[in-house]
Amino acid sequence: MLQTILFAPLIGALIAGFGWRIIGEKGAQVLTTGLLFLSALLSWVVFLTFDGETQHIQILRYIESGTLSTDWGIRLDRLTAIMLIVVTTVSSLVHLYSMGYMEDDPQWDEGQNYKARFFAYLSFFTFAMLALVTADNLVQMFFGWEGVGVASYLLIGFYYKKPSANAAAIKAFVVNRVGDFGFALGIFGLFYLTDSIKMDDVFAAAPALAETNLHFLWADWNAANLLAVLLFIGAMGKSAQLFLHTWLPDAMEGPTPVSALIHAATMVTAGVFLVCRMSPLMEYAPQATAFIVVIGAATAFAAATIGLVQNDIKRVIAYSTMSQLGYMFVAAGVGAYGVAMFHLLTHAFFKAMLFLGAGSVITAMHHEQDMRNYGNLRKKIPLTFYAMLIGTLAITGVGIPFSGDLFGVPIGFAGFLSKDAIIESSFGAQTGVGNFAFWMLVIAAAFTSFYSWRLMFMTFWGKARGDAHAHEHAHESPMTMLVPLGVLALGAAFSGMVWYNSFFGNHEKMLTFFGIEQHQVEATAEGASEDTTSHEAMAGIAPKGAIFMGPENEVIEKAHQSPAWVKVSPFIAMVLGFVLAWYFYIVNPAAPRRLAEVQPVLYRFLLNKWYFDEIYDVLIVRPAFAIGRFLWKKGDMGVIDGSINGVAMRIIPFFTRLAGRAQSGYVFTYALSMVIGMVILISWMAIGGGAE
Amino acid sequence: MLNTDISIVLPEIVLALFAMAALLFGVYTKKDKVAGPILWATSAVLAAIGIWIAMSPAGTHTAFNGAFVDDSFARFAKVTILLSAAAVLLMSADFMYRRGLLRFEYPILVALSAVGMMMMVSAGDLMALYMGLELQSLALYVVAALNRDSLKSTEAGLKYFVLGALSSGILLYGASLVYGFAGSTVFSDIIVSAEGHIPLGLLFGLTFVIMGLAFKVSAVPFHMWAPDVYEGSPTPVTAFFATAPKMAAMGLFARVVHDAFGMAVADWSQIIALLAVASMFVGSIAAIGQRNIKRLMAYSSITHMGFALMGLAAGTALGVQAMLVYMVIYVTMNIGTFAFIMSMEKDGVPVTDISALKQYSKHEPLRALALLLLMFSLAGVPPLLGFFGKFYVLKAAVDANMTWLATAGAIASVIGAFYYLRIVYYMYFGENEEETLDGTMAPTQWVFLMASAAIMLLGLVNMFGVDGYAAMAAEALVK
Repeated sequence: MLQTILFAPLIGALIAGFGWRIIGEKGAQVLTTGLLFLSALLSWVVFLTFDGETQHIQILRYIESGTLSTDWGIRLDRLTAIMLIVVTTVSSLVHLYSMGYMEDDPQWDEGQNYKARFFAYLSFFTFAMLALVTADNLVQMFFGWEGVGVASYLLIGFYYKKPSANAAAIKAFVVNRVGDFGFALGIFGLFYLTDSIKMDDVFAAAPALAETNLHFLWADWNAANLLAVLLFIGAMGKSAQLFLHTWLPDAMEGPTPVSALIHAATMVTAGVFLVCRMSPLMEYAPQATAFIVVIGAATAFAAATIGLVQNDIKRVIAYSTMSQLGYMFVAAGVGAYGVAMFHLLTHAFFKAMLFLGAGSVITAMHHEQDMRNYGNLRKKIPLTFYAMLIGTLAITGVGIPFSGDLFGVPIGFAGFLSKDAIIESSFGAQTGVGNFAFWMLVIAAAFTSFYSWRLMFMTFWGKARGDAHAHEHAHESPMTMLVPLGVLALGAAFSGMVWYNSFFGNHEKMLTFFGIEQHQVEATAEGASEDTTSHEAMAGIAPKGAIFMGPENEVIEKAHQSPAWVKVSPFIAMVLGFVLAWYFYIVNPAAPRRLAEVQPVLYRFLLNKWYFDEIYDVLIVRPAFAIGRFLWKKGDMGVIDGSINGVAMRIIPFFTRLAGRAQSGYVFTYALSMVIGMVILISWMAIGGGAE
Repeated sequence: MLNTDISIVLPEIVLALFAMAALLFGVYTKKDKVAGPILWATSAVLAAIGIWIAMSPAGTHTAFNGAFVDDSFARFAKVTILLSAAAVLLMSADFMYRRGLLRFEYPILVALSAVGMMMMVSAGDLMALYMGLELQSLALYVVAALNRDSLKSTEAGLKYFVLGALSSGILLYGASLVYGFAGSTVFSDIIVSAEGHIPLGLLFGLTFVIMGLAFKVSAVPFHMWAPDVYEGSPTPVTAFFATAPKMAAMGLFARVVHDAFGMAVADWSQIIALLAVASMFVGSIAAIGQRNIKRLMAYSSITHMGFALMGLAAGTALGVQAMLVYMVIYVTMNIGTFAFIMSMEKDGVPVTDISALKQYSKHEPLRALALLLLMFSLAGVPPLLGFFGKFYVLKAAVDANMTWLATAGAIASVIGAFYYLRIVYYMYFGENEEETLDGTMAPTQWVFLMASAAIMLLGLVNMFGVDGYAAMAAEALVK
């Protein structure tokens, strides 16, 4: 069954990519979509029937080299199961949605075939993502990691006629390479120290790594911390965390379904998945996790501020994605891995839906993406409007505070449960970085509410702006696009309440959900209090379950015990944001402009995305180009080509002419040369010979 | 005693008797009218003896008190010599006939020189060596001047003869020095006589002998005859020069340095290395200036001999094996290439200018492709056989701690690639309006061209087992 889930998309991609001339474009679309739905169905079966016991399924021998011996295998545990449903569900819905969205794409001329290619890429991406999440060893994971990178590159640059799309694709690829370099170094380091790349072996060695020092670059480092940071650098690239985030907004050049699938729901969450997957290592790397928290919180905050002023509908959602990813990293960083996964799950639903809804708006408005040209679309596209409304309610976190005490489960949209859980966890960490993250996240929650409602108000309320023609012809999208919206809306509304207790709310339930053994936690807790003897005993056995929470990790309990003002603070922030947005864009539409005029520096700072691109351009891109140009012009063309050309076009022809002249045609010349040769050889033998 | 001796040299005797019988037959019948049948019969006999030797049982036998050695090394070389001579004869019939050059002496002289070559590679004594060498050379001097109405052909024959005489003199001088210091002309005695202490006179003798042999393999600086002789001789004769005699001379070279001077490897190795480097570079560099494909092939063979000598310079069994493999591949490539060169003509007149090949791929795509494969193989482009030949000798040199020699070889092969690739360039990208070559090609030539090209491509699987036989041969020689 797992093999089918994993390989069905690959088969679809291969047939659609190479065989669409035989089965036709329509056939390719139906085939890939059908296979994806099959995959999704089986994934749900796996997820719902999974009992928490980690399974390993070997598929084939992968690498056999020296002491490295690796299978291509599937690791099925709770993390994998969660990712399976996220990936296949969103992907199958996006496939379905694309059948409507990609019809008559204005980027292509009449008669050009692009749909089969698009669907092949989508399915290939899904395969790579599944390979990533089912990986049983780090190299296999890296394969998936790079596979999604390639698919992302292909899909961002799908409109290859647009220079900006090509530039964005290259940017995404190059920036990801920086992160991948860290990831690769992390894998090397783990292999160097543990002599294995199997997850279980690495997990088993984690306690020992915490007591190992590794010399790297210029200093000695704690191995666990160093490796965790290196792996996190990989995660930063893929998940667009601060400093390696610049590619994500540009990636919106791709078709909107791609943004929904890759740059919101699945690929960008791979980094969060990686950190959760490596939880046994992270638990022994306190400095690294603190670093993760700081980066995550800073990303959540920075992205939210930038999102406040963007005008492109997709960019707003892109920054919102980046911000939400920051939330997830904070949760993972403070040790609440389950909470991170919870938010990953709910976020996949509501963010994919927001993107698909945005896509629906964009098609309705004839591929206009600037929100300043929208307005009053509520009546024109009502179904899209309701879907977007649910998505906005979910992301801003609308719910009833303290209702959990009454009903056992808090009542609210998905984001309300998962985001609040993260904020409580960050407070529950009770560390300096935790408190920093708490405040950052609360502020970011207010911003999130503001820009989300700003998007809604600018799009669906107010007066119709921009091209009147586009507004007159605005039309609701076809059913293939509306059905996915509906399904995702269900997820956005209810997924939080359904799984709240399994991920966060109920401690007992959580342990069984993730397959963590109760007594194991207690045993390790005791062991830690005793001495290092049990530490050694523990080394060599990989912790059971999908995630590992160290003996001192009580963040979930602490989060539950956090005071009422903490629990209600995100709700207040959300209301604050909503009211502000309502005032700015409904009550007094002139206010935003006036504020921007009063605070020009701040406004421009945010509008220009904190000048990250400009700074990188000066610091990295231009010097790199300059070095490249120098090496090309001076090094390659001047020195290398110059010397080769000099030898080939001057020196050798000179000798050729010389040889030609020596070949005079006279026998005595030839005889003379033989005699000269004779003299040389005899002299050589007389001087250099071994005789005495 | 004499019976066993004769049974060991039976193949040589059979071939010699056949040559004499054919000569009588030709003289007393219709002379040149029967040249065709004699040619076919000769190549059949050559091939038959080649197969006979290939099938004969393994083991080392000596005859005439050690003057004649029949071991797997000799057999390996003889099979190569006989089969290549047969092939060259077969494909030359058409060319010779159409130019009125099909004299009945031609196949007989080739057969006689083949006898000489067989003697050379089996020589176990300085006398036998000289006898084989001269028998071979005399026949070659005559065939070089076969087209006696052509000024160039006679000039080629005369130059070859005069310089060959000089080289024979050098070789004989060396042989007498060796005899003087070793007290014997038998190789196995020479090697024993200098056990532990090698007199300088003996080394001088060795050096002179090496110089005589270097002339035969046209190694620099004893190479200058080669371009003129290759150009002046009729093309089939050139093809013959480029194949069997080279194998014979390299075989003799290996035999002398290992059988007679196996104790002085360090001494002759540096001399041969010097010859190898000079040959590789001079051959590569001088060939660039050539427009005449026959002269070009002369320089090409000089370069290739440099590579083969590199294997010999290693002074190990692996080196000899590499040399043998290299020679077999070289001979095969040259047969195919000369089969093509023989077919190059315009209005019945042979064409030798390489610019005539421009746009050849448009007119004859299959032949152009075959020639492309051969040129790539000659240049040493993987995965064709020519690459593996070079790889073998380079590896032998590296294994013998002569990395500098291998490096020089690699550089030389880069330079040499130029003129091979230029031919390919002309064929595919050259600009030429009119057709400069007739499309005709004799069936035998076509077969040899295609077979040779196919071998270059298919041989990469296991080289048809040649390297295994070469290893056995090298084992027999290097004890």
